[in-house]
Amino acid sequence: MEKKWEEMTPEEKQETLFARWISPKDPEGNDLKFPSPEVEKLYKERVTRIKDAIQLKKKPDRVPVLLIPSFAPAYYAGLTPHDVMYNYEKIAPAWKKFFVDFQPDGHGHAFVPSPGKFLDILDFKLYKWPGHGVSKNTTYQCIEGEYMRADEYDAFIHNPLHFFYFTWPSRVFGALEPLAMLPPLAGVTEMYTASVPFMPYGMPPVKAALKAMMDAGDEALKWMGACMTFAGEITMAGFPAYLAGATKAPFDIIGDTLRGTKGVMMDVYRQPNKLIEAMEAITPMLIQLGVDAAKMIGCPLVFMPLHKGADGFLSDEQYKKFYWPYLKKIILGLVDEGVVPFVWAEGGYNSRLEVIRDLPKGKTAWLFDQTDMAAAKKALDGIACVGGNMPMDLLTVGTTEDAIAHTKRLIDVCGKGGGYIMCNGAFFDKVKWDNLRAIVDTVKKYGVYK
Amino acid sequence: MAANLVNALADLKEEEALKIVKDRLGAGEEPLKILEDARKGMEIVGKRFADSEYFIPDLVYSGEILKGVTELVKPKMAKAAESKKLGKIVFGTVAGDIHDIGKDIVVFMLDVNGFDVYDLGVDVPVQKFVDKIKETGAPIVGLSGFLALAFDSMKDTVEAIKKAGLRDKVKIMIGGGQMSDEIKKYTGADAYGKDAMAGVTLAKKWVGA
Repeated sequence: MEKKWEEMTPEEKQETLFARWISPKDPEGNDLKFPSPEVEKLYKERVTRIKDAIQLKKKPDRVPVLLIPSFAPAYYAGLTPHDVMYNYEKIAPAWKKFFVDFQPDGHGHAFVPSPGKFLDILDFKLYKWPGHGVSKNTTYQCIEGEYMRADEYDAFIHNPLHFFYFTWPSRVFGALEPLAMLPPLAGVTEMYTASVPFMPYGMPPVKAALKAMMDAGDEALKWMGACMTFAGEITMAGFPAYLAGATKAPFDIIGDTLRGTKGVMMDVYRQPNKLIEAMEAITPMLIQLGVDAAKMIGCPLVFMPLHKGADGFLSDEQYKKFYWPYLKKIILGLVDEGVVPFVWAEGGYNSRLEVIRDLPKGKTAWLFDQTDMAAAKKALDGIACVGGNMPMDLLTVGTTEDAIAHTKRLIDVCGKGGGYIMCNGAFFDKVKWDNLRAIVDTVKKYGVYK
Repeated sequence: MAANLVNALADLKEEEALKIVKDRLGAGEEPLKILEDARKGMEIVGKRFADSEYFIPDLVYSGEILKGVTELVKPKMAKAAESKKLGKIVFGTVAGDIHDIGKDIVVFMLDVNGFDVYDLGVDVPVQKFVDKIKETGAPIVGLSGFLALAFDSMKDTVEAIKKAGLRDKVKIMIGGGQMSDEIKKYTGADAYGKDAMAGVTLAKKWVGA
C-alpha cells in the first residue's frame, strides 16, 4: 500500500515528486500519451539526467544543459517583447520554436511575457514595461521604491497577510488604491458586528477596485491559457519543465519590492530586530508557496532567484546574520517536503560559498551567475549540484569559438563526477543565436560521461 | 573634538555624528570646518570600501549619515561654499536602462571624493551625453548600465561622442551589472570599473590627482 504523504521521509517525498515528474499525467489524470515512444524516451531521459545531476547518487549519462531565457524566444521569433505581452496567442509558437530549435534538456515555461492588458487594467506602478515607460522592444524594468514605509514593520509583522492582500496592492496597483480602506475581517466573529467591516465594500471607489480585480482576473486567465498551451505542446515535444513554481529568500522579499534596496540596507542598521522579525513572520508562507507549487504541478524543482545577498551587497557578517539563516529556513522547509530548491544566485556568490555548504546532501541545485565556478564546485562538491555561469558578455558579444571554449572549460572544471548542469548565468534577451546553439551542441558532444 | 566627527562618520555612528555636528554648530563653529571633517570621514569610508572592509550597505548608510550632517550644516552657511574640485564628470545610466542604484552610489562616491559630477539620471539619450560634454567641457564620462541592452546603448553613446569630435577630449568609463572588460572593448570605452571605488580610482588617475 502506498504511504501517505505525511508518513513519508523527505527522501521519499522527493522521490515521489521526481516519479510524478518523470511520468506526467494528462488533464484527466491518466498517464500522458506522448506522440511517439521516441519522444517519451527523450522526455524521461531528460528528467533522469537532471535528477541524477541533482541527487548526486550517480553520474548522469551526460551533463544536462538548460537555457533560462528572458524575452529571447520573442526576439528569436522576430517579435518584440510588446508583441508577446499584448498578443498572448503569439507566446506559445515563439517559445516552442525557441526550445525545439535549440534542444536544451528542459523548458522554464513561458511566464516571462506578463499579460500587458492585466497590467494596464490594474495600472501597475512597480515596473515599466514594453510600450509603457520603456520601448516596445525592451524588457520590463522594476521601479525601486519604499512600497512599505520604514515605520510599518510592526503592522507588517502582526499581519503580513493583510499587508499582502490590501496595503501593498493598494500601492503598486493604481486601480487598487481603494483597497487601503479595507479593514481586517477579525470583527466578523460576532453577528452584531459582522456587517461593520463590510461597509467600505459598498463604497463606489472600492467597488471600482473590485471590478478592476475581476477584469484583471479574466485577463490573467486568458494569459494562463496561452502559457498552458505552450506547456502542453512543449511537453508533447519531449521537454520537461525545470520548475514547478518559485519562492524567494525573506531578505529579498523585503528588500526587492517592499522596502527597496536602500530601505532594507538602512533597516540593517536602524532597525535590525524588526527586519529579522518580519523575515520570520513570512517564512512559513514562503515555504508553503514552493511546496504547494511542487505538489500541485508534480515536479520537485522550485525556482529561487537570489538577489541582495550577492557579493558586496552585504558584508560577510551581515549575510550570516540577515540573509543566510532565513534563506536556509526556507530551503530546509522545502527540502523537508521533498522539494528541490533550484537556486539562482545572481551576481557574484564567491564570498558566500563556504556559508552555503551547510546544507543536506543532494537536495538542492545552485545556479551561479558571475561566481568562480572552480571554487563553487570545490565548495559544494558532494553537497549540491552546481550550474550556470554561461556569461552574458560571451553570449552577447563573444565569438562562437569563445563560447565553445568556455563550455568545454566549464565541463572540465565542474562536470567531473556529475552534479553539474550547464546553463546561462543571467536571464537573456537578444544574444548571438549561434553561440547558444554552439553551447548546447558542445555539451551534447563533450559532456557525455563515459 | 575635530577627530570625533571624522571617526563617527567613518565608523558609521549615525547618532553620534549628528550629535557632534549639533554641538559644534551650537558652539558657533564655522560650518565649512564641520563639512571638511565630514569629507575626511567619507574618505575613510571610501578607503574601507576599496579594502573590502565595507560593503554596499555601508556606503549607502554613510551617504544617509552625510545627508543628515549636511542638512544640519547647510542652513548655517552664509552662501554655498565653493570648494576646489578635482574635475568635471558627466555621468548617467545609458538609453533604455532605468537602473539607478549603482549609478547613484558611484556618483555619490565621486562627489565626496571631490569631483564635480553632472548626473544626467537614467535612460539618458545619446545626444544628452554629447550636449553635456560640450556644455561643461568635462574630461571624463561615466556610463552606467545594469541590463545587457546597455551594451549597445553604451556603444552608441561612445560612437556619438566620437562623431561629435569629442572622443579625444574625454576618457570614458563603464560599469554596472553585466559589464566586463569584454564589454569595454565592445563599446569602445576606455575603462571598466567593477565598483564605485574603482570608478573613483579611474577618475583620479585620469585627472592626475
